[in-house]
Amino acid sequence: MAHSDTVLLGHGSGGQMMKRIIDDVFLEAFGSPELLAGNDAGVGTLPATGRIAMSTDSFVVTPQFFPGGNIGRLAICGTVNDVATSGANVRYLSCGFILEEGYPMDDLRRIVTTMAETAREAGVRIVTGDTKVVERGGADGVYINTAGVGEVPEGVNLSGANCQPGDVILVSGTLGDHGIAVMSQREGLAFGTTIETDAAPLNHLIAAVMEAAPHVRCFRDPTRGGLASTLNEFASASGVNMEIKEDAVPVRDEVRGACDMLGYDVLQVANEGKMVAVVPADEADAALSAMHGSRYGENAAIIGTVGSVSGDPVVRVRTPWGSTRILDMLVGEQLPRIC
Amino acid sequence: MTTSNATAASRDINFDAFRDPVLARELIARIHELAGDRQINLMEVCGTHTMSIGRYGFRSVMPAGVKLLSGPGCPVCVTANHDIDHAIALARMDDAIITTFGDMMRVPGSSTSLAQMKAAGRDIRIVYSPLDALDIAAANPERQVIFMGVGFETTTPTIAACILEAEARDLPNFSVYCAHKTTPAALRAIANDPETRIDGFILPGHVSTITGLAPYTFLVDEFQTPGVVTGFEPVDILEGVAELVRLVVSGKPAIENAYQRGVSTDGNAVARALVAQAFEPCDAEWRGLGTIPASGLRIRDAFARFDASRRFSVQIEPTVEPRGCRCGDVLRGAITPGNCPLFGRACTPEHPVGPCMVSSEGSCAAYFRYREA
Repeated sequence: MAHSDTVLLGHGSGGQMMKRIIDDVFLEAFGSPELLAGNDAGVGTLPATGRIAMSTDSFVVTPQFFPGGNIGRLAICGTVNDVATSGANVRYLSCGFILEEGYPMDDLRRIVTTMAETAREAGVRIVTGDTKVVERGGADGVYINTAGVGEVPEGVNLSGANCQPGDVILVSGTLGDHGIAVMSQREGLAFGTTIETDAAPLNHLIAAVMEAAPHVRCFRDPTRGGLASTLNEFASASGVNMEIKEDAVPVRDEVRGACDMLGYDVLQVANEGKMVAVVPADEADAALSAMHGSRYGENAAIIGTVGSVSGDPVVRVRTPWGSTRILDMLVGEQLPRIC
Repeated sequence: MTTSNATAASRDINFDAFRDPVLARELIARIHELAGDRQINLMEVCGTHTMSIGRYGFRSVMPAGVKLLSGPGCPVCVTANHDIDHAIALARMDDAIITTFGDMMRVPGSSTSLAQMKAAGRDIRIVYSPLDALDIAAANPERQVIFMGVGFETTTPTIAACILEAEARDLPNFSVYCAHKTTPAALRAIANDPETRIDGFILPGHVSTITGLAPYTFLVDEFQTPGVVTGFEPVDILEGVAELVRLVVSGKPAIENAYQRGVSTDGNAVARALVAQAFEPCDAEWRGLGTIPASGLRIRDAFARFDASRRFSVQIEPTVEPRGCRCGDVLRGAITPGNCPLFGRACTPEHPVGPCMVSSEGSCAAYFRYREA
């Protein structure tokens, strides 16, 4: 059978073509012993702490390639980071592909290679997978679902409901990079920029913070909806007000400029390689140092504090000239404005 | 669009100075000192100013008597329902590709919105520049590509350029649905409005890069009302407000430019010439302000083939105004968003009743999104 330059319906048929795409594209890149065993389920071991953390996420971003990364890097980082926010050691990933008939095989290879590299960087293994091909027009190129499993160490109980008055809020780096990098490549919106996606596996950074700040309350990666959604979720789950200082939030000048141009609030723009952490005040400096000492954490900053207990929690932003405003969750989709 | 001088100058500007908290606090103190306990109504007539003032939380730091009112500065918001329905009727045409600025997507017409039409399967695409719509037309020669032309002086030159470019490239499947409006006409309507007392206008920074200062002099000559063109950074806006308060208090009205790095006195003559080549003035209906003579732009007869409203005969649904919505009163500064009984209750960004709650430049959206704590 000749190699095909594009994905064909037969690649999802369950027959020889499917075996070829699995062998040539997926096994070639991922190659974990669990996958190579060729069984329907990947079998691995977990230490006997008795608790696992599990998360799943689907990735449908267009375009699939953007400055600094592609959908494959997102698909690994997104799930690794979601599992890691529980404080778990992330071990195994599954990965399901929905491919559109006619998708260039070279692009698929690039995505899969990136996934393999990213999984290696994160120290996780892809142990099972699935491939489906849909007719042209039935999907937009490539959709990827990943699920991840990790073991939760003894005594670790992180939750967005743990925040207490006086706690300190940290963010691991500059906000808005990913959302603006993707936006800059959209059809009809393209603008010149040097901004790259920040997609990165943050499980090592989280582990470092947990070691430095043993009473850390929670982590969350501020993906869609940005910091605004993450803080509102924490505030609501914990029943506490929160306040951040606008000028303490790290934002690249280019990102700020693009947000001004498009009419976006950078606090509502998506990130893929950033982590928000809430820690007790007396562990804040240690947590910040741990972030600074980790890969992807060099621009980390303390951005605010947890306020009083409230039945109707609110997140406030304090401006450098003393005014405050409420930071709401994004409504609907961010749409660029007219002028 | 900026003049080449302004672009050259902007490369050397340290923008941090325009966000300097110390300077900002000094200006706030100066505004308090100048205004004392006087009642002063200032109106910003640019949607981006409305958003910026909200984002910076400036209303809460003004003296009690100094009110910053939002005017008809959101292009989507001032678009009459009938025009939105017309755009939606065009989107119903089989095989049409509708291209639009993002703001227009969620604005409710009488029965639906472009976003709902898109969800129902119509081909509606967001573009940041109308020039991208030309490329879409070139790439889809068998389909009609219609651009939703909404906006003030800031956007019209690019759309004029598009029409001229479509002519040059002979793109027979490109057209513009034109609902453009001009700012000075709206200012005059506000100044004439007996229900609204405006002591000074915060004049639009972007629009003025094109118009220059001349179109505003009637404010002083006929209405003895000052105006100051300002930029969009925190210090820009505070500087503009301080200067405007000074002019109001002094009783010597003038039109001043506090945004010299972006705006020249004469504006951008090249851009205006482009607009004049493609468009001619026409009467236009504004939400809240009614029909204002010569306040709109119409595509000239020479380019009629690029005018979607002349080219396609479509059935426009009967106009139904949203019940209880007071966007019209908000747009002329007669009430602030919080005075609308629907604000924050029946009308929220999630479930908007009127356009001012939808657009990212809308007053109600700005007041809701940046409500002060």
